[in-house]
Amino acid sequence: MFGFSRPQLIAFLVMVVLVAGAPFVLYPVFLMKVLCFALFACAFNLLIGYVGLLSFGHAAYFGMGGYVAGYAAKAWGFTPELAIIAGTLAGGALGAAFGWLAIRRQGIYFAMITLALGQMAYFFCLQAPFTGGEDGIQQIPRGNLFGMISLKSDLAMYAVVAVVFLFGFLLVHRIVHSPFGQILKAIRENEPRATSLGYRTDSYKLVAFIISCALAGLAGGTKSLVFGIATLTDVHNAMSGEVVLMTLLGGLGTIFGPVMGALISTAMENYLAQAGAWVTVIQGVIFVTCVLAFRKGVIGVLAERLKIQL
Amino acid sequence: MFMILGYPAPLMFGQLLLGLINGAFYALLSLGLAVIFGMLNIVNFAHGALFMLGAFVAWGLLNFLGVNYWFALLLAPLIVGVFGVLLEKTLIARLYKLDHLYGLLLTFGLALIIEGLARNEFGSSGVPYPIPSLLQGATNLGFMFMPIYRGWVVLASAIMCLITWLIIEKTSIGATLRAATENAPLVQAFGINVPRMITLTYAGGVALAAFAGVLAAPIYSVNPNMGANFIITVFAVVVIGGMGSILGSIVTGFGLGVIEGLTKVFYPQGSSVVIFVVMVIVLLVRPAGLFGKAA
Repeated sequence: MFGFSRPQLIAFLVMVVLVAGAPFVLYPVFLMKVLCFALFACAFNLLIGYVGLLSFGHAAYFGMGGYVAGYAAKAWGFTPELAIIAGTLAGGALGAAFGWLAIRRQGIYFAMITLALGQMAYFFCLQAPFTGGEDGIQQIPRGNLFGMISLKSDLAMYAVVAVVFLFGFLLVHRIVHSPFGQILKAIRENEPRATSLGYRTDSYKLVAFIISCALAGLAGGTKSLVFGIATLTDVHNAMSGEVVLMTLLGGLGTIFGPVMGALISTAMENYLAQAGAWVTVIQGVIFVTCVLAFRKGVIGVLAERLKIQL
Repeated sequence: MFMILGYPAPLMFGQLLLGLINGAFYALLSLGLAVIFGMLNIVNFAHGALFMLGAFVAWGLLNFLGVNYWFALLLAPLIVGVFGVLLEKTLIARLYKLDHLYGLLLTFGLALIIEGLARNEFGSSGVPYPIPSLLQGATNLGFMFMPIYRGWVVLASAIMCLITWLIIEKTSIGATLRAATENAPLVQAFGINVPRMITLTYAGGVALAAFAGVLAAPIYSVNPNMGANFIITVFAVVVIGGMGSILGSIVTGFGLGVIEGLTKVFYPQGSSVVIFVVMVIVLLVRPAGLFGKAA
């Protein structure tokens, strides 16, 4: 099912049980934050892990999804599921425009272009009237799911977030293990060869980019409903750096790595909230350590130890 | 009052000068990035942080050792250059056999560390650095009043760019450097110590960033974010110009600074994004960059 191998299926079931049981043990709002970031990191990993594209401006799609979902829920009175879909579409649309530009260049230039476009999106959000500038969009209502079920309680909201996360996670996994995903991996390994086999690699890269951005928008839209606020923090390039960190720490190109990375990174920020700029220093140290000595990431190393694919 | 296109001339020239100053920093920073990329094949994300470090070193030299601006202009790039040697030897040198992306991620981590430490030590608002007494005041150019220091920044960066260009294009060291950029194993076969050359290239590139940092210190307050604000714009400049050409980096840097300055006059809201818009247009028209060779 979904292309899971046996160990992966077991790991997935363990994850589902943990996701279902965790809110009764841990603070649900913290867990929802973790799940939103985990989905964001999974979306990012689809690009860097399976197509080999380093998008250094992924916060733009995450943040834009958050703004649009928040605005739709607050100003237009969208129900939460429609607001989240609006956020997803916004992320995908922005991704289509930026991706169309960025895939004109390869490798390191791709990273720099996405970074610059992300910064442009940030300045746009700073000045555009609908984002509320420095204040952001505040008091976004969680509303009633399908117009019926109130999401005011954290547990009800948690259930929605968990479903959204699992949907995104399975979607990424399904894409990676589809024929389409095989071609993406071929592009990662050897792009000229994929071209010579007759694949329009640019179209494949663009479609993967749009899917990733739409999922980032989905994560961002969900997060803005959870917290009732959409701000510049989510479009800032520091957020782009954070999602790179999560994915790298958990393990590039592993299925469970981004989830683990999001968990560790969010937990760390939570516990170090009073430490101020030390968080930045620690993030920097993690980057340097991961790149120099720990390129496979937590899940990558674990999988290697157990001799399975995770 | 003298007007140009319906705008007061002093406003126009003032913004043009500010644009030239920003352009000078873009030129110095993108020049360093281009030299480093040519030789090491990594994009030095720590460039902005080392620019900031140059400014802080100058501030430290002044406040703790009483070293004045002119010596700082010489010493700060040297100190940051030595720091660069350390970074290259201990960390960056381990990555040459890996994908380029790891170099970007490593130097991004270094930038976070340097900026985080600076923020811990000095707070986000930063510290002031006085304009050296020789360059204080303003001079009347007839069409505008020009603060002398600002004129000096443009002049000094232009000279520094010229020197770098001369070294790379006209000296034998530069010729070896260009040869090693083209084909490092072959140059090594001629008995030239390529690893040492790589280290020195990195040191030279970051020294240029530190030089720009010292120049910037009296203009902006010396603060931990000054490099982070610049580096992304500089990346866009590099994408526009292409990293293949030294002269290209310099021209693109100054040119985009001027465009940004003029946008502040004609359409202030657009000034923060104009360079990115130019990047988008260049990507559409000439994807390899203005001075780049098609890959």
